[in-house]
Formats: sequence, structure tokens, C-alpha cells
Amino acid sequence: MAHEGTAREKQPFNPLLAVLAALAALFFIFPLIGLITGAPWGHIISVITSETAVQALGLSIVASLSSTAIALVFGFPLAWLLARGSFRGKGLLRGLTTLPMVLPPVVGGIALLLAYGRKGFIGKPLESATGITLPFTLAGVIVAESFVAMPFFVITVESGLRSMNRRLEDAARSLGASRRTVFLRVTLPLIWPSLAAGTVLTWARALGEFGATITFAGNLPGVTQTMPLAIYISQSSNMTDEAIALSLILVLVSLVVMIFRRDRAGAG
Amino acid sequence: MLEADIQLRLSRLDLNAAFTVAAGEVLALLGPNGSGKSTTLRALVGLLPLAGGRVVLDGTVLEDPAKRVKVAPEKRPIALMFQDYLLFPHMSAVENVAFGLRCRGTDKKTAREKAAQTLARLDLAGVTDAKPGAMSGGQQQRVAMARALVTDPRLLLLDEPLAALDVSIKTNVRRLLRDVLRQSNAANILVTHDLLDAVALGDRMIVLEHGQIVQTGTPAEVTARPRSSYVADLTGVNLLRGKASGTMLELDGGGRLMCAGPATGPTLAVIAPAGVAVSRQRPEGKEWNAWLGKVSAVDLMGDRVRVHVDGTPAITAEVPPAAVDELRLDDGGELWAYVEPAAITTYPQ
Repeated sequence: MAHEGTAREKQPFNPLLAVLAALAALFFIFPLIGLITGAPWGHIISVITSETAVQALGLSIVASLSSTAIALVFGFPLAWLLARGSFRGKGLLRGLTTLPMVLPPVVGGIALLLAYGRKGFIGKPLESATGITLPFTLAGVIVAESFVAMPFFVITVESGLRSMNRRLEDAARSLGASRRTVFLRVTLPLIWPSLAAGTVLTWARALGEFGATITFAGNLPGVTQTMPLAIYISQSSNMTDEAIALSLILVLVSLVVMIFRRDRAGAG
Repeated sequence: MLEADIQLRLSRLDLNAAFTVAAGEVLALLGPNGSGKSTTLRALVGLLPLAGGRVVLDGTVLEDPAKRVKVAPEKRPIALMFQDYLLFPHMSAVENVAFGLRCRGTDKKTAREKAAQTLARLDLAGVTDAKPGAMSGGQQQRVAMARALVTDPRLLLLDEPLAALDVSIKTNVRRLLRDVLRQSNAANILVTHDLLDAVALGDRMIVLEHGQIVQTGTPAEVTARPRSSYVADLTGVNLLRGKASGTMLELDGGGRLMCAGPATGPTLAVIAPAGVAVSRQRPEGKEWNAWLGKVSAVDLMGDRVRVHVDGTPAITAEVPPAAVDELRLDDGGELWAYVEPAAITTYPQ
């Protein structure tokens, strides 16, 4: 049960390995430098406090946090079922729920329209029954982001549940713990790292969502225009300064979360 | 007092074991791997539902499938110490030990105090706040023991409690465990495949093979008159089966033995290896109990050598080390085995 790794010879210096690794690292670092050096530092305050920027950032935060919450509420039971349940078609179900991870997001957006759009086979009866429509609304943004991001949560939590020693739960039961206590005091703490990692991954994926959002929810400033959409519009309408400034904000937010996650989950 | 009748149908095992354990008594459950020992414990705890039979502890029915009674595992006054301890890795020693008390309604402060006392009793005061990952195997073992003992269970189940320990500390821990069990007024069941544990710690023994009880008795009775080759192998004696008429025993696998005492019907015969002599020449003047075989293996056991002779019947003899050379035992040649009738103990099957 020792945690220390096996003692081994120190990795010898390999020049080829070092050069390739350095190139890989620089490949990631250069674009960041580009963003920082290219930023309109002179008037950055006015750019990032513009109505477009503030609205887009607000929408992005609300939508990404909402879809993360949805992933927690609905994704956890799904992960539990996939990890612990025994039923026919489990493999198929797992494949289908994780499909959005590999599907081009724009395809996801079209699929969402066909199901939950105003003419979709769910969207149409939903509208006639309740008057609620999803496309081109904030709710639509949240649906699109959830569709693309939730699989990351399900997969991470499922693998956490699978890799934990279930006999620890037996031990807790034999010591007098109810199923509820076992869940709260043993299962949850043991899968906590996967839970935290899954939440961060899901949130990050939702924050960056573009293709499914623009296809399903459109690009209405102040309603469905999230940060990635606003950046894309600025860039394509030659307002490069604005695009760079908004991008820097997203980089900053993501960086803060990644550092926080490393500290909390101890991921090295 | 535990009255158990465990009936289970599993894919690899049909388990049928009925036994009782009195309060304060230690029942040693001995058997080879896969014989159903650990399964019996899991069933008693309630982690594995019974197909038939029942479990009654101190007069309370804990499980009776025929009457659809099944008390949930967490409601049974039973503690199980697992072979691999299963300490909670995210909790300190004292939290691990206090866990059972907290689950059974003790307030936090009292639970911690009692847990710390139990740890101190097992000489673990130094690791109270350490997590299992930072402890030695021996410390983890004692924390697991403390966790099982602290709730004052009416039935204490120990699954191979010493199996994972280094030989160097096994003797001390066995003594500690014996003291703990002596003071206990619970019914205790000790699962082991180590005969020494069963003899040193058990008041009574059950030998389980393929899910069936093949022998019960005190450790002395079981080791003196083994009823299965598993037990005979553990004690290192030769066990032969046959049909007796008078002093002649016709062995099931062929061959016959002249015994000192008369018997009739299906009979077991035990011969200590020290009672078997081997020689290159046919022993002179021995009309009975001498037969020719081939040396199949030679093992060193302390300062004695065990010679396995493959003949009818196959038998193990014990000789001094010098005999290996004198008899040229390592050339795999033929050898005479000889047994004095007085060295054979017979008893009915």
C-alpha cells in the first residue's frame, strides 16, 4: 500500500527527446505570447468594458455554469448507472452518450435543431404544450453546451466509480453504515478527484463551446452571443483588437481554474 | 451464541454449512482456497443473501429466507475484519476506528475517545492521526483489528487476520490476537488456512472443503484424526482410506496394510512419516506392510528429510539427512517402504 514509486535509475539526458519536447512546449506557448503581445494594451479597458464584451462574458459564465450544474444533476446518475448497473445495451448507451465528444459540434447543433427545434419532434409538441421554445434563447445555449460538455463529466466520473474499490463500501456496510452514509462518507470522498476533474473539464468545454451553440441558438448579442461567438464575430468583421482582448479574458479565466484545480485535486 | 445454517448457491460453489459458536468461544474455520470460508463470513454479515437456512444470533433471527427475514448488514451486531483490511484510505486511523461507532449513533466526541482508547490498547497511540497509506502493514492490520473490536460486536469475524503479515511479526500479532480473543465475550469466528493459527487461537475447528463441512472438533481431535487429505497434508501425516476386516486393511487405491487394532468397514488410517521406514533392500522377516515404490520427491523439513515414495499406496517417510546420501535417494530409483503395524492409527470413516 506504499505510495512511493519503485526506485529507478535517473532518466538519462536524450537530446532528441529534449528537442522534440521543447518544440511541443513552444508550440503551445507561442500563441499565448501572440495574444499577450498583440493585445491592444492602450485601450484594453474600454474594449473589455464595452457592452458587447460584458454581455458576452456574462452570458458565457451563466450558460457554462448552468450546463455544468445540469451535468452534475443528470450526468452523475447516468455515470452511476453506466459504472454500476447491469442491463442490456449498456455498451450502446455508453457509446451514444459519449458520441458528442467526438462529433463535430456543428453536427450536434443540427441534430439538436431536428430534435428540440421549433419543428423538431420534441420541440414542436413542447411548444404547443407549454409555449416554450429553445432555439435562439439562453436556454438553447445551455442545451447546446450541455449536449457537448456533459459527456466529459459522465466519462470521468464513470471511470472514477469503476476504479474505486467497491469492497470498501462492503466494509462500511459491515461497520453499520446505511447506504446513504456509505455514499456520503466513503464513495463520494473516494471518487472526489474524478468528480472535480469531470466538473472542471465539463465547465471548460462548455465555456469554449462554439459550433453547436451558433447552429442551435444563433448569435443574438445579449441573448445567445457567448464569448466564443463574440470573438468570432469581432475577428471576422475586422475588429481584431476586440477579438484579442476578449480572447485574453477567456485565457485568464481558464488559467485561474486550471491552477485552482491542480491545487485542489492534486493532479500533477 | 451464534446458530448458523448457511445455504448458498453460487456459480462456482454450493455452500452448506451448519454450525454454532458459543459466546466467548473461538471457532476456527479452516479450508483450502475456494472452499467457501470467506463466503460464509460474507453471508453472516449479510452482504450475500442466503438461499436457504438461517442465521440466529443471541436468539434474534438475523436471516431466514423461508420466512423472508433479512436484517440489513448495518443493523447486525457483527464486525468483520477483512483479509486485506479495507481501511478507508481517506480517513486517519482514529477516524477509521470511530466510523463504526458514529454509524451506530455514538456522538462524535465519545466515538473519537473510544476509538483512541482502542488504538492505544493495541499499541497504536503513535499512529492515531496517520492515514493508512502512511502506516506499515502490521499497523494497518492492528487498526483493522481495532475497527472491528471497537463496536463491541456480538459476533466477531476475522478473515485470515494474519495472512498478509510478515513472518517476523506474525508471532507477536498472533499472541496479541489471542489475548484479545480471550477477553472477548462475543462469538468469534476465525477463518484461516494456516493450521498453526487454528490450533493456537481456536477452541474448536471446522474444516470446510468445496462448501461442505468435512470435519469438526477441537484442534487436537482434528489434527490427530484427520478426515480429509487437506488436513492430513497440513499436519504432514499420511492419510489412507480403505475397508477393514479384522486387522487387515484393504486400501481403496490398491495395497493392504496389517494394523495393530482390529476394525470393520470403511476405515481411515493415519501414519506419521516418522513411522515409515525406507530401505534399498527388501526388509528381512517383514511379511506385511513392505512395498516397493519410486522416490517422487525429497523435501527438507528442518533437520529431517521427507521422502515421498510413489507406490501402492503412495507414502511419505521421514529420514535423517544422512540417509539421503546413504540410500542415494536422489537417483530416483526403487525403494522399499515399510510400516510397523503399531505405527498405524485406524478409525472409522
